[in-house]
Amino acid sequence: MAEAAKEAVKTAPENTKLVENATCTFCGCVCDDMNLTVDLDNHRITKAQNACVLGRAWFTEHKLEKRPFALIDGKEATTAEGVEVAAQILANAKFPITYGLSDTTCEAQRQAVAIADMIGGCLDTTTSVCHGPSGIAFEGVGESTASLGEIKNRADLVVFWGGNPAEAHPRLFTRYALMPKGMFVPNGKKDRTAVLIDVRRTASTPVADIFIQIKPGKDFEVLWALRALVKGRKIGADIEEETGVKLEVLEDLVQRMKSCRFGAFLFGMGLTMTRGRHFNSGALLALASDLNAFTHFVAKPVRGHGNVTGADNVVSWSTGFPFGMSFARGYPRFNPGEFTTVDTLSRGDADAALIIASDPASNFPKAAIEHLKRIPTILLDPRESVTGQIAKVAFTTATYGINTTGTVYRMDDVPITLRPAFESPYPSDEEVLIAIKNRVRELLAEQHRLGSPKVAQKVA
Amino acid sequence: MSETMLLIAGRSSKQGTSLNVGKLKDEYRDVTSTVEMNALDMERLGLKEGDKVRLRSPIGETVVHCKPRKPEDLPAGMLFIAYGPPSSQLMAGDTAGTGMPISKNFRVEVLRETS
Repeated sequence: MAEAAKEAVKTAPENTKLVENATCTFCGCVCDDMNLTVDLDNHRITKAQNACVLGRAWFTEHKLEKRPFALIDGKEATTAEGVEVAAQILANAKFPITYGLSDTTCEAQRQAVAIADMIGGCLDTTTSVCHGPSGIAFEGVGESTASLGEIKNRADLVVFWGGNPAEAHPRLFTRYALMPKGMFVPNGKKDRTAVLIDVRRTASTPVADIFIQIKPGKDFEVLWALRALVKGRKIGADIEEETGVKLEVLEDLVQRMKSCRFGAFLFGMGLTMTRGRHFNSGALLALASDLNAFTHFVAKPVRGHGNVTGADNVVSWSTGFPFGMSFARGYPRFNPGEFTTVDTLSRGDADAALIIASDPASNFPKAAIEHLKRIPTILLDPRESVTGQIAKVAFTTATYGINTTGTVYRMDDVPITLRPAFESPYPSDEEVLIAIKNRVRELLAEQHRLGSPKVAQKVA
Repeated sequence: MSETMLLIAGRSSKQGTSLNVGKLKDEYRDVTSTVEMNALDMERLGLKEGDKVRLRSPIGETVVHCKPRKPEDLPAGMLFIAYGPPSSQLMAGDTAGTGMPISKNFRVEVLRETS
């Protein structure tokens, strides 16, 4: 036991529990060095040692609110009643979609995949509106990758592109990529050069040794110019007019990238959410590959939600594809733009939605939200949300990592087991999904027995 | 007063902490209903901190409060807003076959709200 934790045990009031090395699942950093002080009488976490500002809010704002186990059309119901209505909706839908999954355990994600398979629906995760374009680029370009541990221990040049870790992933700087002392960078930040590339100055800018401000929407052009310079091609000085970056700044960066011992790109949604999308991510991944002719260089997308990387892994190992896929023909097919949720909703294709641990009604485009309001939606979420307000069936579930154990994947694909702080009266996402799955199976078997053409198609 | 600017939606610390308090609570609503604008742009347009502006895209519109940022931090003609229901009102559903709608770097018309 760490000294600080031992001290905390001595001074802790009665009926207080300490959870050592708990895991924060607020963001993709998935820091597993949290020491939590838990007030068991009031079911509150009163202290989260080692947490960043976001992690502290994640733990200390968590409270067991007295909420219905389920709401059906806004009326209180039991979990079992909710399961029955949810299963009827899903078993009878012609174009059901399953979406979300980035804030729940891998165990729950597996159940969601099984349900989507049984009902012949689309299966998509929040990856599609996060690093989905990077997922598409991985398939086209490949990924020169590393764990955050390798970056911590080896990287002497770290290039942050299109992201603001200081506000979105605070401990990416302090625990993994910049400040910590590593095996081959014993002086921590003093041994590393940090470059930040963005269209505006943010809270992350002062942390960088070099800040390169580019014109909005010109990431691809800058990346392609860097690729040309890395390969020894000539670039005209008019690149500044196009991108806002002087040629000598690009040449200096290229020299640094080629001469470092271990370089790392950590890139955010400034690349994926702007015009160019997967071309931007692909250009950066290709640049990382090019640089391996001179030194060791890796590229990692910085992931947002606590287990969005787990969703990619679970959906990939189950179906062969990471997101945006459909079971409608009885086997998995992948087609972003066709089976991704913004598209199935905006086009008005979906006739039922199973949403797990996500709030698309809050952050999807207007057309998608409008259609979501028109179809029966089933939601599993520990907290109130905008999607909960429009859902036909809304389940209250336990919070992963705080109330339930399970597995999550850190943004570098490292799986971590959760250590919960205290129990919740509400069931886990996994338990609710298993119940829905079992009831859907019964309903589909019944339809099959009665010769429903829809079931015949699904069974075939 | 009407001017076209470039809107960037993204994450912020306050958005992250307030969503843990609750997405239906005032704090989260305030954070996601505040647009950051270059201070000189605000001065030129006669806007003060807290004034309401209407943001309009070809898809929809939303009313938010404005907050100044130093010109060296936020270039002229650029706006920043934390993701949330107001920014969703402005986003197009087209994903160009990728699944990803354009969520950053899109043009919006900025109009001062009088009431």
